[in-house]
Amino acid sequence: MATFTERMAPVLAFWLVLCLSGTWAVDRGNFKTCDQSAFCKRQRALKPGESPYRALLETMELTNTRLTLQLINDNNKVRLLLELYRLQGNITRVKINELKPLKPRYEVPDVLIREPPTEPLSLLSQDDNGVVLSLGAESQRVIVSARPFRLDIMEGRDVLMSLNSRGLLAFEHLRMRKDTFSYKVTSTVASVWDNIKRVFSSQADPEAEKKEEGDPENQAETGKEEEEKVEDGMWEETFKSHSDSKPHGPSAISLDFSLPGVEHVYGIPEHADTLRLKTTDNGDPYRLYNLDVFQYELYNPMALYGAVPVMLAHNAKRTTGIFWLNAAETWVDISSNTAGKTVFGKMLDYVQGSSETPQTDVRWISESGIIDVFIMLGPTPKDVFSQYASLTGTQAFPPLAALAYHQCRWNYNDQEDVQSVDAGFDEHDIPYDFIWLDIEHTDGKRYFTWDPHKFATPKEMLQGIMDKKRKMVAIVDPHIKVDSNYKIHNEIRSRGFYIKNKDGGDYEGWCWPGSAGYPDFTRPDMRAWWASMFAYDQYEGSMENLYTWNDMNEPSVFNGPEVTMHKDATHGAWEHRDVHNLYGLYVQMATADGQIQRSGGVERPFVLTRAFFAGSQRYGAVWTGDNAAEWDHLKISIPMCLSLGLVGISFCGADVGGFFKSPSTELLVRWYQTGAYQPFFRAHAHLDTPRREPWLFGPENTALIRDAVRQRYTLLPYWYQQFYLAYHTGQPVMRPLWVEYPQDPATFALDDEFLIGRDLLVHPVTEEGARGVTAYLPGKDEVWFDVNTFQKHNGAQNLYIPVTMSSIPVFQRGGSIIPRKLRVRRSSSCMEHDPYTLYVALNPQRTAEGEIYIDDGHTFNYEKQEFIHRRLMFANNVLSSVNLNPEARFTTRSWIERVVILGASKPSKVTLKTADGQESTVDFDFDASMSVLTLRKPGMNAGEDWTVKLQ
Amino acid sequence: KMYCPYLLLLLSLGVSAVEVQRPRGVPLSKRQFYEEGKPFTCLDGSRTIPFDRVNDDYCDCQDGSDEPGTAACPNGSFHCTNAGFRPAFIPSSRINDGICDCCDTTDEYNSGAACQNTCRELGRKERESLQKMAEIAKEGFMLKQQLIQEAKRGLEEKKGKLAEVQTSKKDLEDKVEALRSVKEAAEQPEKEAKERHLKAWEGNFKCEDISPSTVCFNVSVAELLLHSELDQDSDGTFTETEAQGLLGGVDKVDTVAFEAVWSNIKDKYISEAKADTTAPVETPQEETRESVSDTDSEQYPEDDIPEDEEEEDEDDEDEDPDDGEYKVTSLSFSIRLVLDGPGKDDEDEGTMPPYDQETQNLIDSKYMYKTENIEKEISFDFGPSAEFGYLYNQCYELTTSEYIYRLCPFSRVSQKPKYGGSETSLGTWGKWAGPDDNVYSVMKYEHGTGCWQGPNRSTTVKLTCGKETVVTSTSEPSRCEYLMEFTTPAVCQEPPSLDSMHPDHEEL
Repeated sequence: MATFTERMAPVLAFWLVLCLSGTWAVDRGNFKTCDQSAFCKRQRALKPGESPYRALLETMELTNTRLTLQLINDNNKVRLLLELYRLQGNITRVKINELKPLKPRYEVPDVLIREPPTEPLSLLSQDDNGVVLSLGAESQRVIVSARPFRLDIMEGRDVLMSLNSRGLLAFEHLRMRKDTFSYKVTSTVASVWDNIKRVFSSQADPEAEKKEEGDPENQAETGKEEEEKVEDGMWEETFKSHSDSKPHGPSAISLDFSLPGVEHVYGIPEHADTLRLKTTDNGDPYRLYNLDVFQYELYNPMALYGAVPVMLAHNAKRTTGIFWLNAAETWVDISSNTAGKTVFGKMLDYVQGSSETPQTDVRWISESGIIDVFIMLGPTPKDVFSQYASLTGTQAFPPLAALAYHQCRWNYNDQEDVQSVDAGFDEHDIPYDFIWLDIEHTDGKRYFTWDPHKFATPKEMLQGIMDKKRKMVAIVDPHIKVDSNYKIHNEIRSRGFYIKNKDGGDYEGWCWPGSAGYPDFTRPDMRAWWASMFAYDQYEGSMENLYTWNDMNEPSVFNGPEVTMHKDATHGAWEHRDVHNLYGLYVQMATADGQIQRSGGVERPFVLTRAFFAGSQRYGAVWTGDNAAEWDHLKISIPMCLSLGLVGISFCGADVGGFFKSPSTELLVRWYQTGAYQPFFRAHAHLDTPRREPWLFGPENTALIRDAVRQRYTLLPYWYQQFYLAYHTGQPVMRPLWVEYPQDPATFALDDEFLIGRDLLVHPVTEEGARGVTAYLPGKDEVWFDVNTFQKHNGAQNLYIPVTMSSIPVFQRGGSIIPRKLRVRRSSSCMEHDPYTLYVALNPQRTAEGEIYIDDGHTFNYEKQEFIHRRLMFANNVLSSVNLNPEARFTTRSWIERVVILGASKPSKVTLKTADGQESTVDFDFDASMSVLTLRKPGMNAGEDWTVKLQ
Repeated sequence: KMYCPYLLLLLSLGVSAVEVQRPRGVPLSKRQFYEEGKPFTCLDGSRTIPFDRVNDDYCDCQDGSDEPGTAACPNGSFHCTNAGFRPAFIPSSRINDGICDCCDTTDEYNSGAACQNTCRELGRKERESLQKMAEIAKEGFMLKQQLIQEAKRGLEEKKGKLAEVQTSKKDLEDKVEALRSVKEAAEQPEKEAKERHLKAWEGNFKCEDISPSTVCFNVSVAELLLHSELDQDSDGTFTETEAQGLLGGVDKVDTVAFEAVWSNIKDKYISEAKADTTAPVETPQEETRESVSDTDSEQYPEDDIPEDEEEEDEDDEDEDPDDGEYKVTSLSFSIRLVLDGPGKDDEDEGTMPPYDQETQNLIDSKYMYKTENIEKEISFDFGPSAEFGYLYNQCYELTTSEYIYRLCPFSRVSQKPKYGGSETSLGTWGKWAGPDDNVYSVMKYEHGTGCWQGPNRSTTVKLTCGKETVVTSTSEPSRCEYLMEFTTPAVCQEPPSLDSMHPDHEEL
């Protein structure tokens, strides 16, 4: 779906001309730069090294679980309260709020999965200049310096991270509006008033301030503070034709972090940029503000649909993370003291020994709320993932079918269309699991309804799909058509569930249905009601194989500022400003809950969302929004999903083929080949593009696409197992190479290839007309096997791989065992009981290890130990299967039909010993040229103990 | 519960062998390759395996031929006999997947799927529909023969006409030649008169320089009317109103007032004079053609030609500017020019040359136009036997809930809102676009009205055999790409006899 799309044009044309002239191409002018966002401009103007903040050590209180301490801004005497916690799992939490705010400031709820358990802090030493606290493990200490205030987290003699070391801590305290004259004329947008304001306030304020403080010593600073106070945009801000009334005035917060020894930082999605974040000195900061950006540009720091305020910092010795828990508009500046240096310059420094330590400085700026930051101290990438998972939870374990192929288009026109596309897949023998319906399936963009002509009998249609063991997704967006004949609208209105505008009425904006209301998903009672709407008796025409897609949940408001909601709209006591980035998470949360509830808590939900926040991983899948059919968009899908994986959101994908525009056949094929190896694998297309079902490009290309999709299906057992792992541990499924090879700097900036789990390396072809790709195979003492030819390659090398149109360069790590199901059928459900083939890739030590995970594929019964989880091991010429969870009970009909051992030597005899103690010989083939040993039909059950011995 | 697929499969293999005397999933035609007890050679010849490895649920042959009855091979296929209906091959991945594919249920022998044998029912339905279709095809094919006959007759007629016209074309050209010289002669006095007038006006308006019959100091409408070269809209007639317009709305002005309007008239006069000197007839034939196509019919409106046909004219010019018809067109234009030139003096019957009426008759009979039309019609590809010719100049409509769709074969497709609103072109005739072995099964109409932010609309028309000529459905599978289904006897094939179509004579 797009923002201002053509469908709306006839209705909105006039309107767009008025409000949003020229939105048909990428239009940066519709979105704010830091300079156009008043708080960002104010904060960014602050100079380093002039921190007015001082720690009042005498106010320090240390309990078993936390340290509290007051900070004072020497310029305005406003006091802040610092809270410092040591959390279990090597995490330090720093909270800073006003000591006595005029009214409460927003603290983000519902993102942490629980109040994080703490560990004791102890005082090591204290003097007039500061305090040293022990963080417990590994000689970690935090040093609190008093003047100016700063925090340094040390391990041994190394500084791991410093806070406010550049003195950019800033906390705009809540204040009364003094310039009452201009207060009365808030409705104006003329800059004349700003001048008047300036005159009036500069006269009125110093006196008021004097009364409050009464400290003559500080008058100079007070005066200075007053000057700041009258800056533009503090009490009112205008962007394009939109006015933000800012009744609560300025409330921004900011803090800087220094990372000594760090040259690589990652994360803070969503941006269409490289995996490794760039320094922002010469441009705008990275922006985190959920926005529906029409035809987004690549390789820049502009905000996109989702926001996860988590950054990872990495060097060869350590990985750390910063989780900035704030849901307001946020900007992140990154600078580095080595950014400008050439490789030669760096070498020179190294040789001369004159180099300063490389360092990356990061600065976070948010518009409102408090500073609540979690410092995850690693030290390994996996530790950081676990630490973050302990705070916000792990990836929802999806139904197996959701990992298969999804066929989408805006729009499948009617039931006949759906049926013929479904039949097309069978005719061309291409598997698929989900067919999707976009907004046109509804009765006039009224979600939870069906177009009475085009989708007159939805249950019949769903039954037809179910008969093929397939499923459907229908879109449900959070904007609700204002229409007194629409049940959903009437209920929301009568229950008072809509978000309110600044004047207290129901907020109304334009979206697909025309005038629409936006339910207040931040309310638990609203979410509970929404969830109840997915019950089979409420959502007419729905069945158990119908799932949901939440689009436009940034929220997208066509006529709102930056195509989203006015910041002065209200959610009860809070402004939209405070909760903006959280809205999309709540929509998906409520929808997923609804799906769980409709089955009485038995079935796993599947919900796709476009907007997201920290914690969204708990509710389903995310896609990279409205991309375009261009080679660069194919390329960017890799770093975009890698970045999401690093911050917990593993279930990520990009529209295969590209949403806008029409892909060349070559691009489409390459995109299928890439998408087949990315977690969420869905083809999608814009309404105005020609049809592009896989069989429309001639038999050769149909065969290429079929082959790519089939490769995905053969690997579903591995994908499923990886998602189980992600659900359990928070490890990303699709990983950058540096996560597995953290000491190899050659991997640090790679984002044209990636790992699935730790055992499959994928370097998709993303160049037009490519004749070959150069893949970096990591691991000095490792080997990698080409999954197609079984050819062995050494690690720690750049390998040139010639490619044809059918090539998808994929390598299996020596030392791994990967289960596949080679009998690809028309949907994943059809393959449930099929046998496995085990691919055992030996490392130079002639060992290998892997896992197999099996459950029913769709219920929550795995939580009740109904699964099979086994470790597969090869060592000393013996391959065995060992139960990893003896508590678990589940049986499977699947068996092992084949074992392929790569890098093997020829045995004289192979014997199988099963659980019942029976021994039998196993037939085998040996291909000496490739050293591949294939065991023919050993036949043991996949859920049992067994050993296979090569003699 | 322990599950042993191996045993079960062997068991079922045994059962099936008894029943059909060949391994499961093997068609009769390939039975000889699967000889029980003898080693089996993969059908691609790649290797030979013991017979007990056939259908043992493990894929040994690259081509999948050792597992015709199991899902073990990714590229295998399974044969369902489907007694009572048509036999079929299905991909072996559909064996035991829980979905009934073969109507005889044989693909789901071990999945627990509750399949019903529906072959008899399907067979009956298929026979019924085949019979119906055969009847339609039969009648349709007869109609098609008639169409072919009619088309043949029509074509001969038209060709005859064309030949006739072409022979007279030469005559016409000669006539034009003659006309031209006569015209030049006729124009000579007019030219001289113009020059004289010009001189007079330029020469400071001396009364004595103007002919004595003109009232000095007064210029009247009547006088201006004599000067058809002042014709404002160049439509060949210079009316009183137009003349009045030049004089500022009165019948008569004095010299002073006339001077005020003079500049107006002068401009007109000068441009007229220029146009005259470059008049198309004065230039050689080739150049005439070009200048005609540039100015087109605006200057010389062809009121006598129906509007839509005129549009076709334009289309033709776009598509095929160099074909033979064009010459005919330009020739007719030339003739018209020839006639129009002297025609400007139409008030003065006396100066009308005697040849005019004769040529005028030629034009009035639209003889030239017809020639052009016939050539155009003949140039269409109306199918191998011109069986689609009857669709030419016809239109067929289909009304849906929102729109009225109109298909005019070989011309255009359009869409019009049912309840008012303007018509949208969904494309003009492009080409036959069926597959190579059946080109005449699909028509393509292209370059319709542009879509907002999208491509130009286009329509694919799928033709199927039917007794009647009718649009049966329309849809828009992709935005602005329309699909129309159209039945016509013209695509009906001679039906094979019912007997030869049906190998299963179940009921006999």
